[in-house]
Amino acid sequence: MTRVRGRGIASVNYPTGMNLGGDPTQALIFCQPTGSFTVKLSSTDLGQGLKTVIGQIAAETLGVPLEGVIIDTGDTDSAPHCMGTFASRATHRVGNAVIMAAEEAKRALLEVAADEMEAAPQDLVVENGEVHVKGSPDRKLSVLDVALAAHFKYGRTISGRGIFLKPKGGVDPETGACDPDSTEAHATAVAEVEVDTETGEVTVLRLFGAYEVGRQVNPAMVEGQIVGGAVMGMGHALMETVFPYYPAQDHHTSSFGEYIVPTAMDAPQIETVVLEYPSSNGPYGVKGVGEMTANSPVPAIVNAIYDAVGVWVTDLPVTPEKVLRALEDKDRALSGS
Amino acid sequence: MKQLGIVGQSVKRRDGLGHVTGQTQYVDDVFYPGMLWLRMVRSPVARGAIRRIDTARAEALPGVVAIVSAGDVPNNWYTILGLIGVGPPDEPVLAHEEVMYQGEPICAVVAETEDIANEATSLVKLDIEELEPVLDVEYALNAEAPVIKKWGSNTFIYDGMNHRRLRFGDVDAALKQADFVVDGTYRLSPIEHVPLETHCCVVKPEPDGRLTVHTNTQALYFSMDNTAIILQCPSNQLRFLGGTVGGGFGGKVDVITEPVTCIAALKTRRPVKWRWTRREEFQNSSTRAGVKMEYRDGVMRDGRIIARKVRSLQDAGAYHRHSPYGAQKHMANVGGPYSIPNVWADVYCVYTNRQPSSAMRGFGVMEASFAIEVQMEKIARTIGMDSWELRMINAYRNGQMRPVRKVVEDAALVETLQAAAELAGHELPAHLRAMHSNDTGEQTGNHAYGGGGSRL
Repeated sequence: MTRVRGRGIASVNYPTGMNLGGDPTQALIFCQPTGSFTVKLSSTDLGQGLKTVIGQIAAETLGVPLEGVIIDTGDTDSAPHCMGTFASRATHRVGNAVIMAAEEAKRALLEVAADEMEAAPQDLVVENGEVHVKGSPDRKLSVLDVALAAHFKYGRTISGRGIFLKPKGGVDPETGACDPDSTEAHATAVAEVEVDTETGEVTVLRLFGAYEVGRQVNPAMVEGQIVGGAVMGMGHALMETVFPYYPAQDHHTSSFGEYIVPTAMDAPQIETVVLEYPSSNGPYGVKGVGEMTANSPVPAIVNAIYDAVGVWVTDLPVTPEKVLRALEDKDRALSGS
Repeated sequence: MKQLGIVGQSVKRRDGLGHVTGQTQYVDDVFYPGMLWLRMVRSPVARGAIRRIDTARAEALPGVVAIVSAGDVPNNWYTILGLIGVGPPDEPVLAHEEVMYQGEPICAVVAETEDIANEATSLVKLDIEELEPVLDVEYALNAEAPVIKKWGSNTFIYDGMNHRRLRFGDVDAALKQADFVVDGTYRLSPIEHVPLETHCCVVKPEPDGRLTVHTNTQALYFSMDNTAIILQCPSNQLRFLGGTVGGGFGGKVDVITEPVTCIAALKTRRPVKWRWTRREEFQNSSTRAGVKMEYRDGVMRDGRIIARKVRSLQDAGAYHRHSPYGAQKHMANVGGPYSIPNVWADVYCVYTNRQPSSAMRGFGVMEASFAIEVQMEKIARTIGMDSWELRMINAYRNGQMRPVRKVVEDAALVETLQAAAELAGHELPAHLRAMHSNDTGEQTGNHAYGGGGSRL
């Protein structure tokens, strides 16, 4: 038997937002004549689905169908400032700015609707693209009709401005005291590995992840982040380096021929569960989930290798060569004593 | 938790179909009539003094339209951290006196085709006096190592100190009091972000004198404002277009393509494209920092961690980029998700003659989490305690004080441990299943060593 299995666990926390804050994001919203809402942003979608989750947050706040919300981002001539998509900040910051803008736009919508319906604005609600009187769902007007009236009858705007900023804090140079986050998300990973003691190869068989990320805006995309991050973490733990003999610069990688990233064939079975404990300051209780998903698999895999073969390989990546050398050292130490 | 409407629903992503059918427009899909191509001449050595850059043969190659050198850059400093108040600037946009890493940009060739631009880069003759490079972070801190930064040190200076420090409680006293002391040294070598879409920028000079800049930056205004500072022009002369990026992971916030491409477009009055090859992505784009971390934890027989002492060296490579920020973030997270009453850390942002490291998914925190969690396993094995229980005993609870002196508000580590155990088919004993993040710690006793003010 040369293949030995082991299991390891690892727990992590992860901060939402730029360290120390100081990273604002703005949003503008306006209503078109036919009742669609355009959200103007300069925030970047890196492929993680920001445009979709921001559409969901805007639709939720406005009380209109998702299809009626247009997310327009990516042009500094026509949209206000966003600090950028990084630091697990986008859904939290952009989401808060969009809620603020949507609430202002909704107030304007309800004021127009109140005039049209001869009701008080505070007695009106917007649901599924319709404005109706609280408690009297039959006294209603579509958002389309309100928008038309605002444009062509009253000459009023239905728009909103939003911004979110956690003001920049300082660091006490003597003690390190600081406020480094808006909130913290948490996760625990369990890795099951198989180590081939003849070749030093490590195969990840299964990865389990339990994530606590505040409220999920889009559970499928949260799962996408977790699975993608788990595979990225696996690459970090076992395969990737641009300097295989770091700190020496020899064999600096230049292509996928030498720089090995995990592909679908390497991906283990991944099972996830998500817990939702809303944060106090995120949009609808959101916490950031983007960056943290690569973190817990790395130590979980290293711990699982120890569980399997009794060696600590704490110099990443854990290549077959490092595993074999560690096993040789262990054998030598045992036979020497 | 209140049930909402569309928030909480797994609706289909809006751009998914475009991505998987190849219809999404990325920056490299942008073409303009008369567009020129830019390629970069880079340093062949890790450290050296530039004696002469001879571009005559490159300029003579048919199809070459312009060379962009340091003298063409109005303000030849990268200012990315300057924009958030961190300095001094240390990285030239184009090197002219010295080179600090292999692959550092020296001058750009702009030509009618990408092939001509590539050929022309090989015709630029560089006369560089090679100097001893500093490659190892421990060596960089050694008094005998060459000093590679102009301020006279191989580290970033935080508030007059060569490291960022954390001091919480009395670590040395607690380590003496501990039943066990567990040590570990942890290393990560630099890795690449490996986005599917490599860096790319297209700049078009408009008839009104403005520049339209197509870029795959993760931060449009940040990149635009930095570019304006480098161009010494009002930012209203620039229009940045983007918002759809084929993978970033932190690798596309370095403002590394836009300034030079803008200068090339201004110089030639024609549209210019600069797209990076995969080789450049591996060898020249910034990486995750290599890190060396030394952790020492003091633990009681019952599993409570009462002290942690950390020395951490972050390999920034040749220039700041975002590494001083990453080291600060590292400092803020060495306690991890645990309540440890005495914590001491010295975190160094160290410069070496290596391609700069910068932001990458979770940088600063990811590295700390790696060290902390392997330490946890070592501790469990050392004291003979179940590693689930060790984590649950020490997990921070709401209301406790973290080492950075911020009160824990959104704790949920205990709950993720319980959920992970269930998911993985590991049965926890009843006393661990009964724990939660709002318990006061009575059943865990993790407040008992409150020397550092771990209890409010």
